[in-house]
Amino acid sequence: MSDRRDFFGKVLGAYAGLGALGALYAAKRTWDPLPSVKAAGFTTLDLSGLEENKLYVEKWRGKPVLIIKVPKNAKPDTAPNGNDKNAYEDPRLITVGGHKFMIVIGLCTHLGCIPDYFPEKHKFICPCHGGQFNAAGEVLKAPPPSPLVIPPFKVEGTKVVLGEAGPEYKKMKEKGLVA
Amino acid sequence: MAHFDPNARPFSHKWMNERLAVDTLKRVLSTEYWIPKNINFLWAMGMVLAATFGLLLISGIFLLMYYIPDTKQAFDSVNHTIMGEVGYGWLWRHMHGVAASVVFLIIYIHMFTGIYYGSYKRGRELIWLSGMLLFVSFSAEAFSGYMLPWGQMSYWAGMVITNLFSLGSLDWQGLVEWIRGDYVPGQAFLGRFFMLHVLLMPLIIMALIVLHFGTLRIPHVNNQDGEEIDFEAEAEKWKAGLRKESKVIPFNPVFLSKDTFVLGIYFIFYFYLVFYHFEFAMDPVNFDPANPLKTPPHIYPEWYFLWSYEILRPFPKDPGLVAFGFAQVIFFFLPFLDRSPNVAPANRRGLFKFWFWILLVDMIVLTIMGKVPPVGIYTKIGTVAAWTFIILWILLPFITKAEKAVRGHK
Repeated sequence: MSDRRDFFGKVLGAYAGLGALGALYAAKRTWDPLPSVKAAGFTTLDLSGLEENKLYVEKWRGKPVLIIKVPKNAKPDTAPNGNDKNAYEDPRLITVGGHKFMIVIGLCTHLGCIPDYFPEKHKFICPCHGGQFNAAGEVLKAPPPSPLVIPPFKVEGTKVVLGEAGPEYKKMKEKGLVA
Repeated sequence: MAHFDPNARPFSHKWMNERLAVDTLKRVLSTEYWIPKNINFLWAMGMVLAATFGLLLISGIFLLMYYIPDTKQAFDSVNHTIMGEVGYGWLWRHMHGVAASVVFLIIYIHMFTGIYYGSYKRGRELIWLSGMLLFVSFSAEAFSGYMLPWGQMSYWAGMVITNLFSLGSLDWQGLVEWIRGDYVPGQAFLGRFFMLHVLLMPLIIMALIVLHFGTLRIPHVNNQDGEEIDFEAEAEKWKAGLRKESKVIPFNPVFLSKDTFVLGIYFIFYFYLVFYHFEFAMDPVNFDPANPLKTPPHIYPEWYFLWSYEILRPFPKDPGLVAFGFAQVIFFFLPFLDRSPNVAPANRRGLFKFWFWILLVDMIVLTIMGKVPPVGIYTKIGTVAAWTFIILWILLPFITKAEKAVRGHK
């Protein structure tokens, strides 16, 4: 008698458990980012017509992305922390179609303000707390604790796809250059 | 077999009793639910909280009629439609905002009353635990509600708080994106937090309130001396007409009439804030529409979250998260970390007296330091206060273990 009850109890438990698992999976999938949101997570930029030393702002995943075609001499006029090297030689630059580009997420690593670019000084100055970066996104003056972040990218000819990690991005990530 | 009198008039007392046992229900739930006489106004905070939840529910129902959970329309539906066009829309919004803030003040008073009098021990552990679940649920309800006006503080608080789920160096961006339903807070985020705020969290809160009341029924509420009262014997005295000799009173109507008096005073304070000082619950930064390309210079939570935010802030990223997690859960463990059998006011409990008052002052200091910018001396005070909080909880089992029995304790 009790064996029979145990058996039916287990069958009911398994049956209900299966239903619960299915419902949980459906709930999880409902919370997933929508396909349209994910598709919008990739932005393709054509960098062939860009002017040198001019700031371009694009939007990727709701965040501003700053792009500069870096000129041969991109030495900042001053560097309060002594890091006054020519940004053109910086390993954080991305080569696309034979030219070197800075491509970074335009949020200061201090508190997320958007820094302004001064082309004649070859540097960024943040309006909120005075942080400074060179034309490769390296810190010239605190408070920002780290360089501007490089988003995942993939180079395709003269174009670059943001949101997809290509071989160049992976190499930079291994060297610890992206953030 | 139940007996149904065919001659009972429909809806008469007898007719109702036969079908719903209304007399029994009334007796068990109110007229013979016993409350000690030896209590003070702090014992009314439970009813004050229940009433405040009622205010939130009613004002929320009216706000829900005009609020639009759409990233393009939410801000205007609150700041233009509800505040400017809807008749008395401003009243519901200010009642809702002020009650959401004040409810946490009362929750903290309610919690610290429980800690002071030891009302989490000797059969009352589940009261404490269900109360802590209510605290967490109210926190989730407050946070989700704060997202809805879709102002700058809504957006950036949503960004920062959901970022915490990347768990520091573990860098779980996937989990963060799953919670948001997007890479940054957007329509999917607003939609799900709207659902949480107006349906799921209120359902959970209402269920937990029932549970919280249920956990009170058998151990009964504590009293000012932590005295172990024989509720059956004292109730018999009351029922025999020895009202002066009995140590207890019935919940309804005697205790409830005292509660109602405290509620009356509370409502004067509450409506004074609603009509004359609602601005303390309305952050000016949130009157700018959400802008994903511009961060406000200082992002800070509402005052009731500041103490735990300040425990996060003085440490580097990963230890900060661990300290923050510690602060979120440690209050749950209070009934088990307090190793002393004494149920007595903190002031009669030796070292626990100092533990209680230092904890209270420390949380006030943390709250103030969470609001000021993290510079110079403030950072130092914040760091000391955060460490004090952690050390106090580590010390608790040791100082309570060494505690002497309080005189008069059975």
